[in-house]
Amino acid sequence: MGSYIPGTEREQKEMLAETGFDSMEELFRHIPEEVKINGELKIPSGMTELEVREKMRRIAGRNRVFSVCFRGAGAYRHFIPSVVKSVISKENFLTAYTPYQAEISQGILQSIFEYQTMICELTGMDASNASVYDGASAVAESIAMCCERKRKKALVSGAVNPYILETVKTYCSGSGTELVIIPEKDGVTDRKALEDMIDEMTACVCVQHPNYYGNMEEAGTIGEIAHGVGAKYIMSVNPISLGVVKTPGEYGADIAVGDGQPLGLSLAFGGPYLGFMACVSKMTRKLPGRIVGQTVDKNGKTGYVLTLQAREQHIRREKASSNVCSNQALCALAAGVYLSAVGSGGLKNIAVQCMSKAHYMAKLLEEAGCTIENKGSFFHEFVTVSDMPAEKILADLEAEGILGGYPLDEYRVLWCCTEMNRKEDMDRAAHIVRRCGKC
Amino acid sequence: MLVFERGREGRGLSLIPACDVELVMPEKSDKRKRALHLPELSESELCRHYTDLAKECYGVNDGFYPLGSCTMKYNPKINEDMAALPEFTEIHPLQPEHTVQGCLEVMKTAEEYLCEITGMKRMTFQPAAGAHGEFTGLLLIKAYHDSRGDKKRTKIIIPDSAHGTNPASAVMAGYSVVSIPSGEDGCVDLEKLREAAGDDVAGLMLTNPNTVGLFDKNILEITKIIHECGGQCYYDGANLNAVMGMVRPGDMGFDVIHLNLHKTFSTPHGGGGPGSGPVGCKEHLAEFLPSILVERGEKLSFVKPRNSIGEIKSFYGNFLIVVRALTYLMTLGREGVPQVSGNAVLNANYMMHKLKDCYTIAYDGVCMHEFVMSLSDLKKKSGVSAMDIAKGLLDNGIHPPTMYFPLIVDEALMVEPTETESKETLDEVIAVFKKLYKTAERDAGELHAAPVHTPVTRLDEVGAARHPVLKYEFSK
Repeated sequence: MGSYIPGTEREQKEMLAETGFDSMEELFRHIPEEVKINGELKIPSGMTELEVREKMRRIAGRNRVFSVCFRGAGAYRHFIPSVVKSVISKENFLTAYTPYQAEISQGILQSIFEYQTMICELTGMDASNASVYDGASAVAESIAMCCERKRKKALVSGAVNPYILETVKTYCSGSGTELVIIPEKDGVTDRKALEDMIDEMTACVCVQHPNYYGNMEEAGTIGEIAHGVGAKYIMSVNPISLGVVKTPGEYGADIAVGDGQPLGLSLAFGGPYLGFMACVSKMTRKLPGRIVGQTVDKNGKTGYVLTLQAREQHIRREKASSNVCSNQALCALAAGVYLSAVGSGGLKNIAVQCMSKAHYMAKLLEEAGCTIENKGSFFHEFVTVSDMPAEKILADLEAEGILGGYPLDEYRVLWCCTEMNRKEDMDRAAHIVRRCGKC
Repeated sequence: MLVFERGREGRGLSLIPACDVELVMPEKSDKRKRALHLPELSESELCRHYTDLAKECYGVNDGFYPLGSCTMKYNPKINEDMAALPEFTEIHPLQPEHTVQGCLEVMKTAEEYLCEITGMKRMTFQPAAGAHGEFTGLLLIKAYHDSRGDKKRTKIIIPDSAHGTNPASAVMAGYSVVSIPSGEDGCVDLEKLREAAGDDVAGLMLTNPNTVGLFDKNILEITKIIHECGGQCYYDGANLNAVMGMVRPGDMGFDVIHLNLHKTFSTPHGGGGPGSGPVGCKEHLAEFLPSILVERGEKLSFVKPRNSIGEIKSFYGNFLIVVRALTYLMTLGREGVPQVSGNAVLNANYMMHKLKDCYTIAYDGVCMHEFVMSLSDLKKKSGVSAMDIAKGLLDNGIHPPTMYFPLIVDEALMVEPTETESKETLDEVIAVFKKLYKTAERDAGELHAAPVHTPVTRLDEVGAARHPVLKYEFSK
């Protein structure tokens, strides 16, 4: 059995005696007998480190790692520089609590301040929080930021990632926010439908850009429609795309959110990831969760603190803007290191490579007999439809060690390319798809 | 120095080969025009920057970390190694089921162990943190009442000693909050609870042991009162470290719980996250659980609960945190789990006993894994506040206890030593606490001025909130 308790039996006895107890059991004597566990827990015996390691390795070995991956749909395989892991493994970062004690937490606080700056730089917004759970919960929280007494209706595009939509539904069902889904047309938000649906009761309009299918939305126009009735405009964006794509700020968004996973976080079977949230300055005090601000100490030295805490649950309780307490701080640190490592030029290069490779792959798949559904411009994801069952295409790819795109239905597949997809792998994958169509 | 102030234009790392296909750019109308300022650094500068920052942080290996209600126990190294296995980190969440059997095994085994420890039937790992779990659990309660056509229940009862997340979560789930005052012993006032219980009550949220560190011995009566009025009982697992392996929330009468894997189950706090807040429930609530559950069969598979409340985030939760917690549980096993709570309670009682002659203990008696001191008397006598003592601890290389919580105790310091501290450490810390008390009596000014041995002294928080500077401004 393993244990992390330093106290020996002898020390336990000493401490019990000094404290006035005869036994460990006596420490729990005041607990009613009828609620105590009778006997032992029904879980296995503890193990040594060697045994645990072998057992976990065996379990991990039942997973299959694909060396080539064309699957995205909300989780993206990107290159992660070695410095990222090195920094987030430092135990002073890894094992610290939320930086309540600012005097001994300047490192974490400064790293969050830097992260907030980078998120504002990426999105063209004025203020960022210190992170929330992930991209989907960030969208849900951003809708709550927009609701007012007279505006309780949220219009959300049907072309956002299904997880975002489902998460927003759950949050809205709790808060009593009316959620209306804007239909999609030709793979993008139906602008005409939006114009018909929007009214003075609308709190916000939310789109994903590029959207679930990789398509570029009419992001500027949709923002104008939202602002036309005094509603807020929320954009959910892929942070990598911001290396080349217009910022939410340039499109006129009031709030920019997204999942920071592409910024140095591994796929990890879905988490931990990172939700980023940024907004225009007049909405700053509506942001949920932690925010770090710059200030000075008693001697005038620059320092950082958790700030604007009057919004938060530990002060405001039931009147708080959100219940968020723990966030994804270490993931935000990873994103900060990642962005520092790649730099402005690097991020742009990665974004261009994602987009270029997706277009190359789309062309290959078209030649292999698939039809590309995307009508206009797309970023690093696109949808194919063909008369070959998606299941068959994906099984053939899997047999060759390739994780193909994500099946949307029987015949449609959502593909993704990043800087990780080499030309030769794309050629090989397309060849397999072509062969699949011929048999 | 900020990362933006380091480096020079043109520096950088060599990371990605040149693009091997024809370049495609967004159309002009969608192309970024705004300048993008990100750091331009060499790898060595980058590493030095973060090493500098790391020096100005305080982790669990820097020293004693008795942050009440946060369970800052040691974070085992093997947990990190297991969470870094490529067969976990390189797995796409939407891979075919037969290629992720290992991940499903982790989730299923963790569910089985944790359900056994808590007395629950099923568990979801989707909630990313404790507060996220609270929100989820309350939605389960709501779905349960709704499914029975019972729509009149609009209130959640929460003791005034509860964590701030409880009332905030209740409001997010669409409930109004009935705050009930604690009794003189710090526990639930049964009379007040009976008065509040009625057919408009959806449920009760409770931490047991509570936030003053006491096990509420009336727990069976409390859950009975709620059940008799038709409500559900929610257990906030923040303090499970005190009782795991000894008592199960399920046996106390709770219907739904959340755990904090980042507290009780030794996963690191990461400077504020990622955590993991799995929600467990009894059979009658299981059909409402969010997202997916893992079922055993010929192979492991995902199954959607029949009347699921839906998703509360993307995918299946903070999976790598679950890997760490499972590694911890495999290490401890059935013998190790109760030893954790036993030693956590012993350490807290030992510290409380040794400090009692000096500091005022808010609620005397046998405490569980933590205890609360009130510095109210000291403040009256000397002008030294809980904050001042906390800052004095910083100068002695000790992380302060939780300050000014719970709200029902004036000038509160909430001390949770955890089971992973040795007697020597406790003795040293006790000596420091006593020394600071003497200092307070002798020279209050010294503690008002503390800390002086930290990278910065006390910071102007009022100024920070009044004139928020939330990002670095690049020169135009």
